Amino acid sequence: MKCQSCTKPATVHLTDIINGHKRELHLCQDCAEKQQLIKSQELNLSAILQTVIGQHISQSTDELGRLTCPACGIKYMEFKAEGRLGCPHDYEVFQTALEPLLQRIHRSVRHAGKVPQHGRIHAARLAEILELRQQLHNAVAAEAYEEAARLRDLIRVKETTDESG
Amino acid sequence: MNLDSLTHTSGEWLRGTGPESDIVISSRIRLARNLAAFLFTNRASAHQKAEIEAMVRDRISKLEIDPGLTYVHIPGLTPLDRQFLVERQLISRELANAEGPRGVALSPQETVSIMVNEEDHLRLQVMRSGFTLDETWQDIDRLDNLLEQRFSYAFSDEFGYLTACPTNVGTGMRASVMLHLPGLVLTKQIEKVFRALQKINLAVRGLYGEGSRASGEFYQISNQVTLGKSETTILGEIREVVPNIIMYEREARKTLTKESRQALQDKISRAFGTLQHATMMTSEETMDLLSSVRLGINLGMLEDKHITIPTINELFIHTQPAHLQKLMGTLLDGEERNSARARYLRNRLENGAGLN
Repeated sequence: MKCQSCTKPATVHLTDIINGHKRELHLCQDCAEKQQLIKSQELNLSAILQTVIGQHISQSTDELGRLTCPACGIKYMEFKAEGRLGCPHDYEVFQTALEPLLQRIHRSVRHAGKVPQHGRIHAARLAEILELRQQLHNAVAAEAYEEAARLRDLIRVKETTDESG
Repeated sequence: MNLDSLTHTSGEWLRGTGPESDIVISSRIRLARNLAAFLFTNRASAHQKAEIEAMVRDRISKLEIDPGLTYVHIPGLTPLDRQFLVERQLISRELANAEGPRGVALSPQETVSIMVNEEDHLRLQVMRSGFTLDETWQDIDRLDNLLEQRFSYAFSDEFGYLTACPTNVGTGMRASVMLHLPGLVLTKQIEKVFRALQKINLAVRGLYGEGSRASGEFYQISNQVTLGKSETTILGEIREVVPNIIMYEREARKTLTKESRQALQDKISRAFGTLQHATMMTSEETMDLLSSVRLGINLGMLEDKHITIPTINELFIHTQPAHLQKLMGTLLDGEERNSARARYLRNRLENGAGLN
């Protein structure tokens, strides 16, 4: 499509409805700026941001696609399809992919609210416990009960030694 | 707790008291919390969910709160009882329809509910009648503090409380205020209000939350952002905007009584007459008519009928499908319900019967 004012390709498309009359405009960047259409329309910042994020993500899709959480086994692509994460550790594993998303949803990527005063488990310890719990799950499924008992005790120790701090 | 004992009351949120209660029905805050060392519910096996449920149930029973909470195991309930809890806003539709070990801990007054193994391991809720966000926050903050002494929450310094869905991460808080806005609907200004709220990132939903139609001209206004702002800031944003909506609603009501008093009186009287005399009533029509009657009472247009707001609030909930069937003591199909609903309304709204 060509610009309605000159012959360059139209990159700005506007539709406005005034008193029920629909008006469509197709202009190139220069003409749109000349007519102050872009400025007066206040270009939507978050929309631009989304495009940027989209590009950023598509560039590294392969990398992201392969990203798997060692604790819960969810793949980034599964999260994208289902919209639900698999475990708390995912926030660390998928951090680079999640931050643009959080920015888009909340316009922020950092917590500014309440902080619990008790029972914090350190992130590294947390991932370890989650992995142990998966191993426990597998051991139970394979009817390896001795191994399961060992893992259960280990998890209990890891959880309690950290709960004070 | 015997759920049947709740059938005859209307629950905290329809008590019809508290500040601005002619317009603000209730204030509600929900906190999403997860246990640090477990997979999120959607990823957890039935065995793990059972482990979580047993642990949470045990620790909740030891909480130092008075009165204590009663735990209800959802798979042990009939579909009717699950629906009943949804209608009372004590559990979500998702929890009612989910699979596997899950439940809810309830306070006797129904102000507190803690859902277990919903989308997040724990979903705390506190609900109060009227415009009472601050008190509601104090209650739920205290409850949350008690719980964090007994659980290790999934929390990170960067992202706050970690949730299964990134739309809840950070504070994990969704605060909402339920408003009855018939004046803004009748004067066709409601869309304008919606647009203004969306601009400041507040969501508007119908009576039963996400995707539900705004029946009975009830609207819930809630925050969407949970990350990057403190709980106090988020609550402040809602607290600031609600008085404006209340003011617009009062203005709209004033305009209606001034400029179209006759038409309004007619609408309200017809609504009351239909509720008193119809022999078949769908739940939607009931909601719409009760909404008009509620407006009529608040405007003093039904004074000779001796009917009160608490009675109308009670009818809103008692005419919901599951409540109706529990009141009738039997399962009813759609057609039978419509007839039973009309009969129930007739009985309750006979002259003078609305007094209680």
